[in-house]
Amino acid sequence: MAEYHNILTQVQVRGPAEMGLDEKGLVAKERGVEPRFSSILGYVGNAQLGPIHLGMFGTIAFFLGTAWFFLTGIGMLQSVDWSWQALWRDLWWISLDPPGEEYGLGFPPIWEGGLYLIASACLLIAVLSWWIRSYLRANELGMGKHVCWAFAAAIWLFLVIGLFRPVAMGTWSEMVPYGIFPHLDWTNYLSLNHGNLFYNPFHALSIVFLYGSALLFAMHGATILATSRMGGDRELEQIYDRGTASERAALFWRWTMGFNASMEGIHRWAWWFAILCPITGGIGILLTGTVVDDWFSWAVLHGFAVEGGLYNGPS
Amino acid sequence: MALLSFEKKYRVPGGTLIGRDLFDFWVGPFYVGFFGVSTIFFAALGSIMIFWGAAQQGVWNPWLISIEPPPLEYGLKMAPMNDGGLWQVITLCAIGAFGSWMLRQVEITRKLGMDYHIPFAFSFAIFAYVSLVVIRPVLMGAWAHGFPYGIFSHLDWVSYTGYQYGNFHYNPIHMLAIACFFTTTMLLALHGSLILSAANPEKGEDAKTPDHEDTYFRDFIGYSIGTLGIHRIGLFVALSAGWWSGICIIISGPSWLMPDGESWIEWWDWWPNFFTFASIGG
Repeated sequence: MAEYHNILTQVQVRGPAEMGLDEKGLVAKERGVEPRFSSILGYVGNAQLGPIHLGMFGTIAFFLGTAWFFLTGIGMLQSVDWSWQALWRDLWWISLDPPGEEYGLGFPPIWEGGLYLIASACLLIAVLSWWIRSYLRANELGMGKHVCWAFAAAIWLFLVIGLFRPVAMGTWSEMVPYGIFPHLDWTNYLSLNHGNLFYNPFHALSIVFLYGSALLFAMHGATILATSRMGGDRELEQIYDRGTASERAALFWRWTMGFNASMEGIHRWAWWFAILCPITGGIGILLTGTVVDDWFSWAVLHGFAVEGGLYNGPS
Repeated sequence: MALLSFEKKYRVPGGTLIGRDLFDFWVGPFYVGFFGVSTIFFAALGSIMIFWGAAQQGVWNPWLISIEPPPLEYGLKMAPMNDGGLWQVITLCAIGAFGSWMLRQVEITRKLGMDYHIPFAFSFAIFAYVSLVVIRPVLMGAWAHGFPYGIFSHLDWVSYTGYQYGNFHYNPIHMLAIACFFTTTMLLALHGSLILSAANPEKGEDAKTPDHEDTYFRDFIGYSIGTLGIHRIGLFVALSAGWWSGICIIISGPSWLMPDGESWIEWWDWWPNFFTFASIGG
């Protein structure tokens, strides 16, 4: 019992690389990158790296994602007067910034936000192309589209922040700067300018689902590892034909908290918790500055905050 | 009766840490054990204390109920009941209840012949809580630095405490903790999705296998970590989120590290001054 922690794989078995299923006989020739093995990866999971099916949309996503990265770098370099040394020295602080408020939803000169908008368009198309891949790869194998819809939930938040809310506010200047500290400052000022985002109920829900996801993955990961001696990690097999690992995993939580999921059900809990984090977060951001200007005043109005705040430092 | 069809054969005596067979029984679906009794004791006492405090203050709006820690003047001493002592008792009850819950998980683990990953994981959540209400206040010399027990008052504490250090986003350990939270949520979405998409394929398709899972992820991102590995990495990143959350607040406040009023923004000044950078103009 106690000897079987299963933290790392102790004996790695290495056969020929698995090239992937090809039930329709169409995709094998489209897969690229010779598979390699990494014994460091093998301690945690599969040692095999590759192959990959990049396809047309993967190629588009790769090139436009790279374009976004380098355009951001060029914008950063321009902001430090094209000095490579200053780029490294100021790397944490500098950014490619969105246009000023005066340009509204128009297209500004290249060094006043024009480059930023071009980079943003590259990023948008790259992300959407990657989403199309998530759909096409699942379709190829006849699988459900759960990954696509989960990814779409993340894209919803991305679109709210970078497209829907700026359009609703009437200015691209509401977009997020591409830089390390600057994007954190953006987050900070969004909260300060709108009366403390903690009083935004959708922000609160989003954090609940964020922490809830960490909690669920800790619970689920620990449960599966703790029953791996009985084959708990063979989840699909246990869904189709329940074995003792599933039974013990279920009874553990039933006896602990009076409720248990099934081997399939826990993945539904997981999926909903994880996708509701960006879905509720996106709603909260979309309402901020458009429908509600000051969340604290709004909370006072609705009886869940008091003027002057509930805590103002140790007394 | 709250018994699952396969449950009877698992309900056997044994595996308790203390109390032998005295508390070795179930109530409905719940296993009791000595630590079930102590959990109920601490949880009930703590909850009653919170309601008592609410009654004393006359605040019954659930969003606004708040039990404040003692004022600074009491330092690390016990405070009078109506001046923060209540907070101290509730804190003790909370730690007692969380600890009991963890030990009850140990007993259930032993009963089911499982390994101890779940109580081990729960200990990280307890650590994150204890870091806020015990470790940091002790390092700073006053219980006053703990957070108030209330739904929105604890959020006000987070705002206030964050801005005490300039901008908490600049705390490098806070960055790491947030990165772990975001990553574990993404991994959970991907793992949940992958299992559901294999067990719930398109209409007319056969149920899918781990080979389909591996193929999907290799096609998609060039790597599939596998059925065992995803649970290792998911657990690791989730526990890392809790661990670094605790560390990021412990290092904010103690006078020999980052005293109140100093800023995480300025902490980064070492970077531009780092060897060769210092000689660059502009």
